[in-house]
Amino acid sequence: MRWHKIYGLSLRHIYLIRNSFPRILDLIYWPSVQVFLWGFISEFFTVSSTYYSNTVGIILTAAILYDFLFRSSISYNMMFLEEIWSRNFTNLFIAPIKISEIIAALTMTAIIRTLIGLVPAVLLAIPLFGVSIFKLGVPLIFLLIALYIFGISLGLLVTAGLLRFGPSFENIAWASLFFLAPLGCIYYPIEILPNSLQLIAKALPLVHIFEEMRNILINNAINNFQIVKSVLISFIYFSLSVFIFYLAYYGAKVRGTLINIGE
Amino acid sequence: MNINVKNLSKKFNDFVAVNNINFNLAKNKTLGILGPNGCGKTTSIGMMLGLITPTSGEVLIDNKDINKINREDFLGKMNFASPYIELPKKLTVRQNLEVYGRLYGVKNLKDRISEISRDLDLNIFLDKKTGELSSGQKNRVSLAKSLINNPEVLFLDEPTASLDPDIGDFVRNYIETYKTKNNITILLASHNMKEVERLCDTVIMMKKGEIVDRGTCKDIVNRHGRDNLEDTFLKIARSGNEVA
Repeated sequence: MRWHKIYGLSLRHIYLIRNSFPRILDLIYWPSVQVFLWGFISEFFTVSSTYYSNTVGIILTAAILYDFLFRSSISYNMMFLEEIWSRNFTNLFIAPIKISEIIAALTMTAIIRTLIGLVPAVLLAIPLFGVSIFKLGVPLIFLLIALYIFGISLGLLVTAGLLRFGPSFENIAWASLFFLAPLGCIYYPIEILPNSLQLIAKALPLVHIFEEMRNILINNAINNFQIVKSVLISFIYFSLSVFIFYLAYYGAKVRGTLINIGE
Repeated sequence: MNINVKNLSKKFNDFVAVNNINFNLAKNKTLGILGPNGCGKTTSIGMMLGLITPTSGEVLIDNKDINKINREDFLGKMNFASPYIELPKKLTVRQNLEVYGRLYGVKNLKDRISEISRDLDLNIFLDKKTGELSSGQKNRVSLAKSLINNPEVLFLDEPTASLDPDIGDFVRNYIETYKTKNNITILLASHNMKEVERLCDTVIMMKKGEIVDRGTCKDIVNRHGRDNLEDTFLKIARSGNEVA
């Protein structure tokens, strides 16, 4: 992999963000709205629920972490869709850039887009609701890594779908995370789910990430095994999604869609 | 860089887009591909650029099949411009050239951007967003992108489509001068017969996925007993297949 190519492709998206103030505002707007919304909901639970009575901010922390996942996945899809919308797709695929370099560049730029949106929201939550995700301590780093890797994996899978089915797959890009949210046990413990769904949920890293988040905030304890499991499962999904992306790329070459996608 | 197309075919389900075509893109020459819409020109270019996997046959670059070597090994020496593909509209012309310069690993990129901007007269809108340019300006920017890496082989798909005669002439002049100065190989797909006559050393005529005639423009015109390439094109396009 060549750094200058990864940097070049990243620059294309960094320039896009830098050139447009509304785009920056849009990146910041939704995470901040989430913080406001869930901040008030969690305040309500704090005074009304015994389960959450001593753990102010669990829901808000979950909302922020879920948004981190959501933003990283959507950022990935958005950057790929930008190439289709701007009819730049063919230019990109005739450039001497490896598929792995395209994946690396999108992964790198997705974190920048995600952080632009999330950092203000995280900082807003501290004075407004007294909630800081930094209370999770060092495990936060690993939970964020697991979330990011899983978010990127979902992004790659949707991107593979765009390559396979064309821009009509765009709607799936927006809906993909909503399908997973109920099984991810983001705002409630896994025991809430029926037994059959619990089995499926355990195969997702989200359950382990959010269970561990609640474990740290409620019990003040760290379950290293749970953290390692969440990171490992995320990497398994990432490997699988890279494989599917390559399959979609070679399939698109056979169908000839790389030359006329978006038309 | 020598490109050899051998027994190349492409089928999309039951539709035969390209049927067993053979030709050589000789070094430092300009080859024109002519033919009515849907005759397989774009599919052929797509296969030569490694964007489409052939159903059968080979595209050999310096005797190596492009589907058996790393794509970046040959794509770095080629480039492509077409009015049907665009550069990101929200980026300025300079930013687009910088992005593509980096993707192609261009050394002394700032100097190269200055040089190409001067040659193609881009300086007055270099810091304007690409989406705000006129079609003539966009066309020149697209050409600048396709030359940013000093390609050995340049694929041009209707480079002057939708341009006014003045800008069309500017672009044709530029391509002619650039080719003479840099000794590059060009494959030109065009519906502008005067452009083809002016720029191409040899021509292949395609119809329904097959090559139906080939040679110099003069040879083809004479062979079909017409006065010019435009009339010859119409004769071939409106008649049954006459495989050469």
